[in-house]
Amino acid sequence: MTSFTTVTGPAAAMPEENIDTDIIFPARFLLLTAREGLGAHAFHDRRYHADGSEVAGYVLNTEPFRAPPVIVTGANFGSGSSREQAVWALHGLGVRAVIAPALGEIFHNNCLRNGIVPIILPPEQVADMLASAAAGISFTVNLEAQTVTVGNAAPVPFDIQPERRLALLNGWDETDLVLARFADDIATFEAGQRKIQPWLYPEDIEA
Amino acid sequence: MKPRTLYEKLWDAHVVADLGAGEALLYIDRHIVHEVSSPQSFVAMRAKGRALRRPETHLAVADHAIPTRQRGTIDDPLAASQIAELEANVREFAVPYAEVNGPEQGIVHVIGPETGFTLPGTTIVCGDSHTTTHGAFGALAFGIGASEQSTVMAAQSLRQTRAKTMKVELVGTRHPLVFAKDIALALIAKIGANGAVGHAVEYVGPAISAMSMAERMTLCNMTIEAGSRIGLVAPDEATYAFIKGRRLAPKGDLFAQACKYWDTLRSDPDATYDKVVTLDLAEIVPQVSWGTSPNQTLPISASLPDPAEITDHSERRETEKALAYMGLEPGAPLLGTPVSHVFIGSCTNGRIEDLRAAAAIALGRKVAPGVKAIVVPGSMATRKVAEFEGLDRILTEAGFEWRFAGCSMCVAMNDDRLSPGDRCASTSNRNFEGRQGPGGRTHLMSPAMAAAAAIAGHIADAREYVA
Repeated sequence: MTSFTTVTGPAAAMPEENIDTDIIFPARFLLLTAREGLGAHAFHDRRYHADGSEVAGYVLNTEPFRAPPVIVTGANFGSGSSREQAVWALHGLGVRAVIAPALGEIFHNNCLRNGIVPIILPPEQVADMLASAAAGISFTVNLEAQTVTVGNAAPVPFDIQPERRLALLNGWDETDLVLARFADDIATFEAGQRKIQPWLYPEDIEA
Repeated sequence: MKPRTLYEKLWDAHVVADLGAGEALLYIDRHIVHEVSSPQSFVAMRAKGRALRRPETHLAVADHAIPTRQRGTIDDPLAASQIAELEANVREFAVPYAEVNGPEQGIVHVIGPETGFTLPGTTIVCGDSHTTTHGAFGALAFGIGASEQSTVMAAQSLRQTRAKTMKVELVGTRHPLVFAKDIALALIAKIGANGAVGHAVEYVGPAISAMSMAERMTLCNMTIEAGSRIGLVAPDEATYAFIKGRRLAPKGDLFAQACKYWDTLRSDPDATYDKVVTLDLAEIVPQVSWGTSPNQTLPISASLPDPAEITDHSERRETEKALAYMGLEPGAPLLGTPVSHVFIGSCTNGRIEDLRAAAAIALGRKVAPGVKAIVVPGSMATRKVAEFEGLDRILTEAGFEWRFAGCSMCVAMNDDRLSPGDRCASTSNRNFEGRQGPGGRTHLMSPAMAAAAAIAGHIADAREYVA
């Protein structure tokens, strides 16, 4: 995972609830098995007409929001399908932070695994930020300080689980981390579970 | 000891390490793999030179991209190569695989239970949000992303945040043509598409005890549409009866020992939940979604909302947007809305009980002219049972197409897709924009309601089609 440093730039305003992962990354592109280059398909059916021409006026087709480092949006963004392609596509587009009153939970976790900072803020605060984003005011997301700064306004703090924050800041690979820190605990757990629920170990039964 | 809910018991039983701040490293007992969400997980394994920690705890199958019109050939070269990639991966990493042309192929959430892979008291993950389905067995089952899948493959464990708990209590007696699907849609309409975010939902009440495993699975399956990754039903005798004798289920003494353990998987009588929602089933009639989010659902007898009468600005905008996408008139009745397509199947409603409900409506009737209606069993095993019962004959004689198993028109990434403007009565789980094909319009409903829509040629009330 690429490490996260502070990002600054325009924020695309998507003042809409329930922007699901089918909207972010339509299912038909899921046949692609690569994770690179998916940004071209992000919000495909919102960005393009059936003939491939751009939908005029759509935020991602408007300067300076074509490759926005930040998206500000309504509740339940990223809901629906677990497809991590939605996050890879956002990352491919240049998005490094998503601000909303609530996020789809699987999407939220997928962001954390891919260098995108999920930021949950109260609805009133998000409503103000939507207006600022639409007005083209620059956003700064500072993960070190855990703040969002809109233009010259006072920095707004946000919550993030401390270990997730560290992993994002350092670009750590979660699997490496788990194997390095918990290999013994995992083995101990298995030894205990084998005694209580032996039927969960088909490898023992068949042997 | 403090009384605990079922969720809390399942969570506690799987904590490998407490990470503080509500997080823990959870042990993962079972992982189901499909062709769409797993390629990048295997790439990550290969890049790090890792092997699967316990290959026997995984089960792979192709369901999303596979065509359901025929078996043996795949026309779409991208789908063919995606499935070939899955097959290469399962060989390289020694993952148990339900062959494309074999008897156990089917949708991940249908074959897990059918093979006995899904067991009470386990943690089950899959790169698929509808993994909630397996919670019907008292398993802690949730959807994850491809990166998380890779962690599960290598480390058999996953960092998770402990959820709050929500009890959904079902009271009252339902009409015979009110199904789990109607209950799920009514619940989502009531609490909203993010009404259960951050919560593990447990379904309780006498109506649950009386429900078939298929209906419990439908309820848990749809829980993700209320924003929750976890739906649960405590295991009971019906659960054990379903599991007994399945290929991967424990046998003999081990089964008896397992049942004894599973008996402990109930919420303690005085356990408390963070939220409680009560639904009176006597008040629920067949439900139909009208919009582009599953909470935009109404009773069949209702009229569509009129944005002019909505005072909340954001709700008015959402309603206008949904009506426009769906091509519907404000205030018009839902009943009688013409449909061009009917889809009966999916991990929500592709089980034998669902096919029986559809066939009961279709028996001796004909699909309305101009309507394309397809029935896609959730698994090849389900298809076989349906054919043994003669359901395929009833349905094909009525004019439905009878398909092989797969996700089909639920997901618009195989041969079955809507074209712009098509309107589909669908037993699937999502009415999102473009979910069944770009510009396609989806109305979610039960299999009986979808069958009635096929016969009528428009959205209809299944209660009027009882023989």
